[in-house]
Amino acid sequence: MAAIIDHPRKAVAINPLKTSAPLGAALAFLGLDACQPLFHGSQGCTAFALVLMVRHFREAIPLQTTAMTEISTILGGADHVEQAIGTIHQRAKPRIIGLCTTGLTETRGEDMAGDLKLMKARHPEWQDLSVVFAPTPDYIGGLQEGWAIAVTAMITSLVPEGPATPAGCAPAVRDQINVLAGSHLTPGDLEALREIIESFGLTPIILPDLSGSLDGHVPGRYIPHTLGGTRLEEIRAMGRSIHTLAIGDHMRAAAEALAQRTGVPFTLFDHLTGLAANDRLVTLLSEVSGRTAPPLLRRRRSQLVDAMLDGHFYFAGQRVAIAAEPDLLLALSEFLTGLGCTLSTAVTSAPSPVLNRIPTNRLIIGDLDDLEREATGCGLLITHAQGAEIAKRMGIPLFRAGFPLFDRLGAAHRITVGYRGSRDLIFEIGNIFMDHRAEHAPGHHQRHQEDDDEYSIGSQAAAG
Amino acid sequence: MLKQKLQDVLNEPACATNQAKTTQDRRKGCSAKALVPGAAAGGCAFDGAKVALQPIADAAHLVHGPIACEGNSWDSRHAASSGPQLYRTGLTTDLQELDIIHGGEKKLFRAIGDVIARFDPPAVFVYQTCVPALIGDDLVKVCALAAARFDKPVIPVNAPGFVGTKNLGNKLGGEALLDYVIGTREPQHTTPYDINVLGEYNVAGELWQVTPLFERLGIRLLASITGDGRYHDVCCAHRARVNMMVCSQALINLARKMEERWDIPYFEGSFYGIGDTSSALRTIAEMLVARGAPAELLARTDALIAQEEAEAWSRLVQYRPALAGKRVLLYTGGVKSWSVISALQEMGMIVIGTSVRKSTDSDKQRARELLGPDAQLFDQIPAREMYRMLEAGEADILISGGRTQFTALKARVPWLDINQERHHAYAGYDGMVEMVRQIHRELTNPIWSQIRAPAPWEGQE
Repeated sequence: MAAIIDHPRKAVAINPLKTSAPLGAALAFLGLDACQPLFHGSQGCTAFALVLMVRHFREAIPLQTTAMTEISTILGGADHVEQAIGTIHQRAKPRIIGLCTTGLTETRGEDMAGDLKLMKARHPEWQDLSVVFAPTPDYIGGLQEGWAIAVTAMITSLVPEGPATPAGCAPAVRDQINVLAGSHLTPGDLEALREIIESFGLTPIILPDLSGSLDGHVPGRYIPHTLGGTRLEEIRAMGRSIHTLAIGDHMRAAAEALAQRTGVPFTLFDHLTGLAANDRLVTLLSEVSGRTAPPLLRRRRSQLVDAMLDGHFYFAGQRVAIAAEPDLLLALSEFLTGLGCTLSTAVTSAPSPVLNRIPTNRLIIGDLDDLEREATGCGLLITHAQGAEIAKRMGIPLFRAGFPLFDRLGAAHRITVGYRGSRDLIFEIGNIFMDHRAEHAPGHHQRHQEDDDEYSIGSQAAAG
Repeated sequence: MLKQKLQDVLNEPACATNQAKTTQDRRKGCSAKALVPGAAAGGCAFDGAKVALQPIADAAHLVHGPIACEGNSWDSRHAASSGPQLYRTGLTTDLQELDIIHGGEKKLFRAIGDVIARFDPPAVFVYQTCVPALIGDDLVKVCALAAARFDKPVIPVNAPGFVGTKNLGNKLGGEALLDYVIGTREPQHTTPYDINVLGEYNVAGELWQVTPLFERLGIRLLASITGDGRYHDVCCAHRARVNMMVCSQALINLARKMEERWDIPYFEGSFYGIGDTSSALRTIAEMLVARGAPAELLARTDALIAQEEAEAWSRLVQYRPALAGKRVLLYTGGVKSWSVISALQEMGMIVIGTSVRKSTDSDKQRARELLGPDAQLFDQIPAREMYRMLEAGEADILISGGRTQFTALKARVPWLDINQERHHAYAGYDGMVEMVRQIHRELTNPIWSQIRAPAPWEGQE
């Protein structure tokens, strides 16, 4: 178990790792079809988040603002919300508006849920419009936490209450399962996961489904809101599924809310990277579907095993530094230590129940400056695009992971789930290690810190 | 105090747009239109202040607020520096829930101390944001205390996002320079050729396309405000002979008040376009001579202009055959709505329309003169309409900012970035040649014929 170092007394974040909770919530809403996320805050709150998402996905991002001013903040912003919803309803005609508060409006404090009820009563023309409200103050958590709040809100406001099968409700659909996708999965990951699930004859409802909206496609017509994603009908039908897979510990609350509303049982996966996690996935899918693993998956598992055999030489003993949000950090660190690396520096953005499972001695809740100060002597840095300058300064290779990745093409299509995604991740990172092997020339000997080795020896002993 | 400052900035007498407004409209601020909830676009005042000041490369820029303000935006512009990189470091107090409850002043004070201890910058700019403004953190006082304690200039930039638009924020950034920076230091020496350039942020290194021209004329850039800027240079800016104001809407208050306070005459000019670059250089020379520089500067300037123009046009000739007859939709604003038109027309290109969103009346008139009666002057083109125009093939290329990038690309139409996120520099004579070269590259790229070919199943079904 890691010693967790939080910086409650640290006054300044230097080169932040974290992006904001409303941004995470907006990102989740972008995974719904015909949806328009809306920030309740000043227009800058929207502009910054919008620009960052556009740079990451290289796509137009529908994101609007209630355009709060100093005066409207003090007087209360309900009329701005009402006006914004009316304008969006009239112009873009989305089926869902994802309303996210910000630090500004949460500091002032508004009864948004109550206000929304009154507004809906005043506007019968909004009857077919669903407004999902996610309370996301900027001063609590980051992207992952905002995403989690939004997904829970989608469930509590869009999934009808009631158990799956008894009278009055439609019966469960035998081959339908839910996937609650965490923010550490890319559109490419979701596409791959869908394929795996379908190979068992199951039909997944993925919530939210960025692979429908932000996978970078050319729709051939003008669409003012999201161009794909989970449809409202699918969300409403989630109560009829036979099982729910929740990917990422931050999806736990959403999975519990869904189970509570509908009785659909869930299984939580921290991530789907690496052999063990995927074996667990395949076992579950076999049980749920009543089918054995299809030949294609068996072949891919074998390829992953072979990649581990070929690749582990390059990973063994490598000291790696990772700065990422909690669930992505867990996924990458389990994967890399599972190939023989040591996680010598771990930095994350916010407290989380998974932190004490990160395989390292010392974990910092901090920023990229913590990464820079701690990662000396590492063979690899892993963080988002803002780490590029740091990696250059330190002369350590960088593997980009997380959000934002604005200096890479195809950020949306990077796949690290499934046997195949895990196989390719070994190749990608292994090749970086291979490229930098020459640095270990004669005379260039490195004294490894004893505590790192102790940790890995200790944890192996414990695992054995 | 902020209220007075806002009144003052919104009443800018030198602003042409402002002069035409009624008192009531003037109070609403500088945005072209009042912000409509649900249909607004663009940055906030904090964004604008940061845009205007952050290019001061050796200073630390500390944002007092929750994570969104800095975490979502740090190091996102390509304002280049020839030396120090400190301005690219993201610094924020990252306010947490307890900070909001207890007030953020103490944390801010400690943060300023930490930044000074860690980086020892010549100055720290501290930016106010909405949340601490709302809970009443006294930014000015904390900065004053920190400046005294740490014996270092600590400049409060009081432009929380909710007071207005990005443009207003630019001006509030300028006010911070007037109140705390300019005039706080004397230059080691002065020359009759000293100028400041205001409102040029050196995006993609554009300032460096112009500084060699200054150097050849013996004109000294005393302070760049603020592209590739240095704190101590900006402190000395009050000793320049002439101010050139590049982005007129952004820092006009700064130019006018520098004239009031230190008798520095200013003019509005642009380095976009060949003719404009020449006229800017000529105006600088004339104004310097009027203020006592030797008159021979004028002849040297004319000689340089003649040589540079001839060279630029001769470099452009090669692109003409491929570009002649191609139709351009220009969707930008301000001076760019017309300043690049003549170069495009010289290439034989047809500008089917230009947007005049952020342009003044004289901008509009110049665009109209250049384009003739047939071309359209657009205010705002809704995304849906722009997609239709492009899909229908009404233009061969869209030249615009990032906001409309995907409207063009999804319609499979070539696109050139002309706004602040661009990676190529388009200023001065070299810049205009570069721009035409990029347009040529984009229009002649082999992908266009490939991606417009039908998919195998199209026409079969």
